[in-house]
Amino acid sequence: MSLLQIRNLHAQVGGHEILKGIDLTVNAGEVHSIMGPNGSGKSTLAQVLSRHQAFEVTGGEILFNGKDLLAMKPEEAACEGVFMAFQYPVEIPGIGNAYFVRTALNAIRKYRGLDELDAMDFLPLYREKMRLLDMDEKFMNRSVNEGFSGGEKKRNEILQMAMLEPRLAILDETDSGLDIDALRIVAQGVNVMRSPERAMIVVTHYQRLLNYIAPDFVHVLVDGRILRSGGPELALELEDKGYGWIETEAGQIAPASA
Amino acid sequence: MAVQTAQLESYLESFTDFTRAHASATPDWLRTLREEAFVRFCEVGFPTTRDEDWRFTNLSALVRTPFRLVRGNRAALAVSDLAPWIIENALARLVFVDGLFAPALSTIGSLPNGVVVDSLASEIARQNTANGAAAVAKHLGRYLDTRRDPFCALNTAFLEDGAFVHVARGVALGAELGAGIARPIHLLFVSTAGSESAPSPTPSMTHPRNLIVVEEEAQATIVEDYVSFGAEIPAFSNAATELVARGNSTVEHFMVEREHLQSFNFSTLRIEQARSANVVSHSLLSGGALVRNNVHPVLAGEGGECLINGLFVGSGRQHLDNYMLVEHASPHCASRQFYNGILDQRAHGVFHGRIIVHKDAQKTDAKQTNRNLLLADDAQIDTKPQLEIYADDVKCTHGATIGQIEDNALFYLRARGIGEIEARRLLLEAFAGECLGRIKPGAAHDYAHSVVEARLVSLAAPAPASSLTAESPERNLDSHWEEVG
Ligand SMILES: Nc1ncnc2c1ncn2[C@@H]1O[C@H](COP(=O)(O)OP(=O)(O)OP(=O)(O)O)[C@@H](O)[C@H]1O
Ligand SMILES: [Mg+2]
Repeated sequence: MSLLQIRNLHAQVGGHEILKGIDLTVNAGEVHSIMGPNGSGKSTLAQVLSRHQAFEVTGGEILFNGKDLLAMKPEEAACEGVFMAFQYPVEIPGIGNAYFVRTALNAIRKYRGLDELDAMDFLPLYREKMRLLDMDEKFMNRSVNEGFSGGEKKRNEILQMAMLEPRLAILDETDSGLDIDALRIVAQGVNVMRSPERAMIVVTHYQRLLNYIAPDFVHVLVDGRILRSGGPELALELEDKGYGWIETEAGQIAPASA
Repeated sequence: MAVQTAQLESYLESFTDFTRAHASATPDWLRTLREEAFVRFCEVGFPTTRDEDWRFTNLSALVRTPFRLVRGNRAALAVSDLAPWIIENALARLVFVDGLFAPALSTIGSLPNGVVVDSLASEIARQNTANGAAAVAKHLGRYLDTRRDPFCALNTAFLEDGAFVHVARGVALGAELGAGIARPIHLLFVSTAGSESAPSPTPSMTHPRNLIVVEEEAQATIVEDYVSFGAEIPAFSNAATELVARGNSTVEHFMVEREHLQSFNFSTLRIEQARSANVVSHSLLSGGALVRNNVHPVLAGEGGECLINGLFVGSGRQHLDNYMLVEHASPHCASRQFYNGILDQRAHGVFHGRIIVHKDAQKTDAKQTNRNLLLADDAQIDTKPQLEIYADDVKCTHGATIGQIEDNALFYLRARGIGEIEARRLLLEAFAGECLGRIKPGAAHDYAHSVVEARLVSLAAPAPASSLTAESPERNLDSHWEEVG
């Protein structure tokens, strides 16, 4: 059974249809990359997967691990193992970074029938992952993302992923705004998470990240539809030629919607 | 603006009974103090919303209700009844039941030399025997504005009991734990619905009066705590506290209001600050139907510092009115007002921060901030800064904001696995945490924290449909200083 099966997914926000029939199957152990022009619906897909209520699903279905993902609230999806690294991580003044992750981890553990971790159990784990991402310990007690630089926010997302150990990680432009050193660190953080039980969807505009995180599949999302799927070589082709040729080609073949 | 005749009669009857009952044991000075105050109350009457200081608070429900002094049928409380309100590690606990000191419920451990913690009534009685504490004669009634404030006048007319705390020069009261961890003196005011054997419970009133004198270079932490016991019968608590902070002293004061939802709670904290005194006032309003909390510091000596910190949390139809009058009467003083409000359902909050900078108070540094979270469409906040400057070299700033729980923050927490109610609670706690963060560590801090936490748990529970609506970020309130002078 596939970990994630998306069938003919349609979604809208504020009355505008954004996703116009998405089909995508992701198996455990695979890394998929989704590329596509600005505004094509990549983040919308990520948000639907993490069950943001503002995006209304008007058709299709999503099975996650055989369960109906669309019936889940955001916290249920997270507890089932869906994790999205936000394109724009939210600043939350007044909630400590480590406290937040421990609360989240314990909510997930409770859902799975595991014992909650107290601070003594939690902190060594958290410190270890911080070292992996080359994050200073001062971020532990700072408010979640508050006043973090763009790169620090992205690293913080990966830190959360490392702590929560999801089954499906969706990284929405986690590479944007990172300098090359930070990119290497983040990529390394992602790569140690790769495992036969875990799948990843990496949303990006750039081949640069894919040099570090080698994807198994690349999909091109244009105007709410996946117009082309292929292997890693597709990303190189896109880097070379841009998205225009795919749109033209798709236009010549047949409209994807029926 | 005189009190409506019928109501005046009810207060007059109470006053007549009260005077008669105390006729034999009352020293002349006290009788005069009470009588003059009562006359003044009758002259001024209850304010209306036409009065600038009462613009946002309608008192008709209070004025309509005929309150009586509680006499004779006070509930018999056991120490075990106090369990929900015990501050672990308090230095002393004075309990007042319906306004009168209850020695059996109180504990006053061994106190350092030169420290008096007692009921005001017994202090006055001692005073009467001519060898009592000079502090009462020197300070009682000296600072409260009974001329202009009818509630202070009414309190003084019925002045009878409350707490008396006197900390001698140089004594750091409750600070023996070190590391800035102070043990508080807990003043617990329990309002009861009367004893169960009482025929039909009538709306009752109490007028607690506290006098706190902290001498030069001394230190104290005081918690005033208002709670209810028993059935929800309308009750009117009209408290007044005179806090005298002498030169270079340090005082932290708490006002905690969490009575039941039929309560009218009015209180005034009048602070007299001498040179270089440092006073912190925390107001935590969470209970009560109609609540008015006045904080009135006068920075009377150079170099004084005053922090007024507040949190008000309302739901249902609660009305929580925070009124501050900060008087800068000397140069080089600093004052800070920080109030956060959380209002749900049809609750109504008021923040009215008035600052007066007197002619000689050069180099005044005053700052005022009021932030509010409205959790429902019908919740309401009125915020009014008011600045009157008569000096020319001063620095004053103010700001006010209104916002909702931010949907994207809520989603972020939920997307990490935290349930919606828990996520809302965390966000409310973070907002309240700004106020709790200004409280010094120690037993009173922990107590305040638990009071707020319990309140927020109940507020986080309903998940209104509004969590689906488009987000509306915090906006700045369009309020301007009203400048006079
Ligand atoms: N809350 C919203 N209300 C209205 N329109 C929205 C909303 N969120 C997204 N959209 C619109 O949906 C479309 C798809 O947006 P989305 O963020 O999914 O694109 P994207 O592929 O992630 O783009 P980018 O590469 O710039 O991140 C855009 O046209 C965007 O303006
Ligand atoms: Mg995007």
